[in-house]
Amino acid sequence: MSLRSYVIARVLLTIPMLLLLLTLVFLITRVLPGDPVLLHFEKQAKPEAVEEFRQRLGLDKSLPEQYVDYLTGVLRGDLGKSMQDFSPVAQQIFSAFPATLELAIFGMIIAVVLGIFLGVRSSRSYNTGEDHVIRTFGIATYAIPVFFLGMVLQLVFSIQLHWFPSGGRIYPGSEPLGLNLGGFHLATGLYTVDSLLEGNLSKFVQALRYLFLPSFALGLVLCGIFIRLTRTSMLETLRLDFVTAARARGLKERTVVYTYALRNAFLPILTMMGLQFAALLAGAILTETTFSWPGLGRYLVDRIAFRDYTAIQGAVVFFGLLVALVSLMVDILYAYLDPRIRL
Amino acid sequence: MPLLEINSLTVDYPTRVGTVRAVDRVSISVEKGQTLGIVGESGCGKSTLGLAVIRLVPSPGIMTEGSIMIDGTDIMRLSNNEVRELRGKVGFIFQDPMTSLNPVKRIGDHFVEFIRTHEKEVSRQEALEKTGKILESLGILRERTTDYPHQFSGGMRQRVMIGLGLALNPKLLIADEPTTSLDVIVEAQILELMNKLKKDYDLTLILITHNIGIVAEMSDLIAVMYAGRVVEFGPTEQIFENPLHPYTKGLLESAPNILHPERSMHPIPGSPPDLISPPPGCKFHPRCPHAFEPCPLREPFLVMKERRFVACHLYD
Amino acid sequence: MQTERGRIIVQLIPQFVRLSKRGMAGWTVLIGSVIVVAVVGMTLLAPWIAPHNPIAINVGPIMAAPSSEFPLGTNHLGQDMLSRVIWGGSMVLQVALISVAMCVAVGVPIGLLASYAGGNTDKGTSLVMDSIYAFPGLVLAIAIAAMLGRGVLNMSLAIAVVYVPSYYRIVRSQVLTIKELSYVEAARALGAKSRSIILRYVMPNVVPSVVSVATINFADAILTAAGLTFVGLGLSVAVPDWGWDLTYGRQLLPAGAWWVIAFPGLMIVLLALGFTLIGEGLSELWSPRLEQ
Repeated sequence: MSLRSYVIARVLLTIPMLLLLLTLVFLITRVLPGDPVLLHFEKQAKPEAVEEFRQRLGLDKSLPEQYVDYLTGVLRGDLGKSMQDFSPVAQQIFSAFPATLELAIFGMIIAVVLGIFLGVRSSRSYNTGEDHVIRTFGIATYAIPVFFLGMVLQLVFSIQLHWFPSGGRIYPGSEPLGLNLGGFHLATGLYTVDSLLEGNLSKFVQALRYLFLPSFALGLVLCGIFIRLTRTSMLETLRLDFVTAARARGLKERTVVYTYALRNAFLPILTMMGLQFAALLAGAILTETTFSWPGLGRYLVDRIAFRDYTAIQGAVVFFGLLVALVSLMVDILYAYLDPRIRL
Repeated sequence: MPLLEINSLTVDYPTRVGTVRAVDRVSISVEKGQTLGIVGESGCGKSTLGLAVIRLVPSPGIMTEGSIMIDGTDIMRLSNNEVRELRGKVGFIFQDPMTSLNPVKRIGDHFVEFIRTHEKEVSRQEALEKTGKILESLGILRERTTDYPHQFSGGMRQRVMIGLGLALNPKLLIADEPTTSLDVIVEAQILELMNKLKKDYDLTLILITHNIGIVAEMSDLIAVMYAGRVVEFGPTEQIFENPLHPYTKGLLESAPNILHPERSMHPIPGSPPDLISPPPGCKFHPRCPHAFEPCPLREPFLVMKERRFVACHLYD
Repeated sequence: MQTERGRIIVQLIPQFVRLSKRGMAGWTVLIGSVIVVAVVGMTLLAPWIAPHNPIAINVGPIMAAPSSEFPLGTNHLGQDMLSRVIWGGSMVLQVALISVAMCVAVGVPIGLLASYAGGNTDKGTSLVMDSIYAFPGLVLAIAIAAMLGRGVLNMSLAIAVVYVPSYYRIVRSQVLTIKELSYVEAARALGAKSRSIILRYVMPNVVPSVVSVATINFADAILTAAGLTFVGLGLSVAVPDWGWDLTYGRQLLPAGAWWVIAFPGLMIVLLALGFTLIGEGLSELWSPRLEQ
């Protein structure tokens, strides 16, 4: 199969999945027992006020009509209006998203780098004390709630040692502006990138200092799965003939381990990065709450407190679409990277 | 001085259920320019012996005893870095060409990386130039250096492996079952090629195989291995004309004989012993048609007999 | 070879008894079991062993550091942290137990029937399950829990929906392997009914994988329940709960009251670790590949 037809097939496969996902969210928010509007008012509003509220949000129509409205809305990038302030949910989500993306990217980098490094060490010292210690550490990371780890890091590194700020994304008022070329303005919303675009190194360092603890907590909790995966794929590849053949040619051990064994063990790791993206977002929600990080997770948790059900639904849909998109991208990247599929 | 001299080499694999002695006090010497064939059934330790020569015994194997001298250097005494250098000077060809190349590396990059690891002053361009020449001499188009291994057939890949083995003009080439996984026609081509290269490069060759027919064609010396031990070692013609060890006789009778096709084939009854708990005395005695009283009692020594070495109580 | 594999799994079950003789994996299961039994035992015995009423306020001073009188300190309401830690597992354990039971009761039969039936039934079910599986679990649980409102059953249901696909997938992959095994094919050729094939051949092979998924699922359910509590969807504040202690403990951190989060947090880690160890060990024990 050519790369192109593979990509087309994969994209087509995503469509029914997305439809199912959207339907699932609709079922949960509209069909499950519990009327979102009544829940929002906690049964303490006059019936007329409730009716008017329903009309404003389009929740007075029949369920099938609401379903169609909802689907066409999602297609147009409209996730409805917030019950809290009637502003478009999609807009609020887009403004909160870069913060989550930045946290997720750094968390993933830390998880993967740490996981690969420890996994390679573990596989190379197979069945020795070091191997057992690393594996036990990996299993222990599965059992730590990320928000608890976050609080411990906060307690030690910011409250006790004052090495890092304890929460927030940057010192208020010093948000980086990005690149400004006359009328052309470029800002990604990722503070580490924007500060560099602005050419302000001290802001960059500051952004990193704020980013470090939350992304480290996230990365540490997620690295266990990468340790295990790297270890098992390395144990398999290190046994393969071409690795022995590479050693027989007297190549440096570092070359053999990293460019022969790890390079070939990398595809499953890449797939896992895609699969872990969902876990990463779940972790980000909790981490953002711990570190008062103004991203999507924080937005979702705030809206739960306000009983803003349209916003909750919008955020859930957005998370779902995001995960589907990432897994699509990872699959295509996988096909592109494996020369045997690329043919 | 022999180019390769192995003295009483022993390799053990410790396992949970006991120690497996894969190579048992093996002594062999090969002069420069000679070809040695190492024959035996699978699991007799011949591959481990081959890997031991470049100190690449697979984990958890350990060389517990003996020495290996290449060109007068004791390779047991080398540092890890020196062993890497040694591996550049000893070519090694593996059994399965389909799995011996890195699937995500281009053919040319295998060569460039190998050459530049050992000859740091060579530029990438020069290395590629050299690669092209080597591949052409093996009947592969120069343009194919940018291809990936999966774009090559098995026979072509084995040519590539041979090319890699020869890329740094080694003094010694070890080929471990180089044609076993190839079909018969390709096998013949590869053997012919190796015979030609042996002359062109003035190679000392160690050919490890279970196929005694190949050894007859290619080698000057034969070492027959059984259960980790060398049971017979000597010049090829003599061993073929007059095999002394019953196991050697069995091997010859179990292979089709081109000179005497009318002779029927007689496979050796039984199977090689379990090396965790090998039989006492001579390890071949349970399968040996000539076994008598001393055989299960003590192991025969390797003794000189009719201008060769043999380990059998019949010749004590 | 395939037949062998099918048998090996079945035969391994009786050997479960002598765990300490089974190497690293056996020890893992043993240690995990000890932890789980200890924590569950502590929770069951809470009414007798807790020194104070866990929800009574002003039992001691406010936010006192650990001392001989209050070994784990007190919180901002003057509640005794030791008593709260001893009591705090009951809700989490109930939620985990109920949600795992729901998952098994729903996921396993669907997995068996759909994959045994094959064809469009299998495809359709798999698509639904894969969609749920691909969704970030906590987000889905948050959506459901937010709609259903507070309560042990509601929270269990929210968590169960998230993990049903794990059971479905493991059962399905097992059934697909087992369906091809020669002895099952032989039974079918001899006219065995689908139901008896499922009960006699498929079920015994599926049980080990379901058990190891369920134990790991226990750990996940515990962590998800704590997570739901942390984002504000927890059960009643009136019930002592480790998750709640962590949630309000966050506000007390700047004051340096580490003991308010440290002990409840460690209990969650310990309990989740216990289940994870059992699950990891079991799946290693039951994986025939390990023998080499």
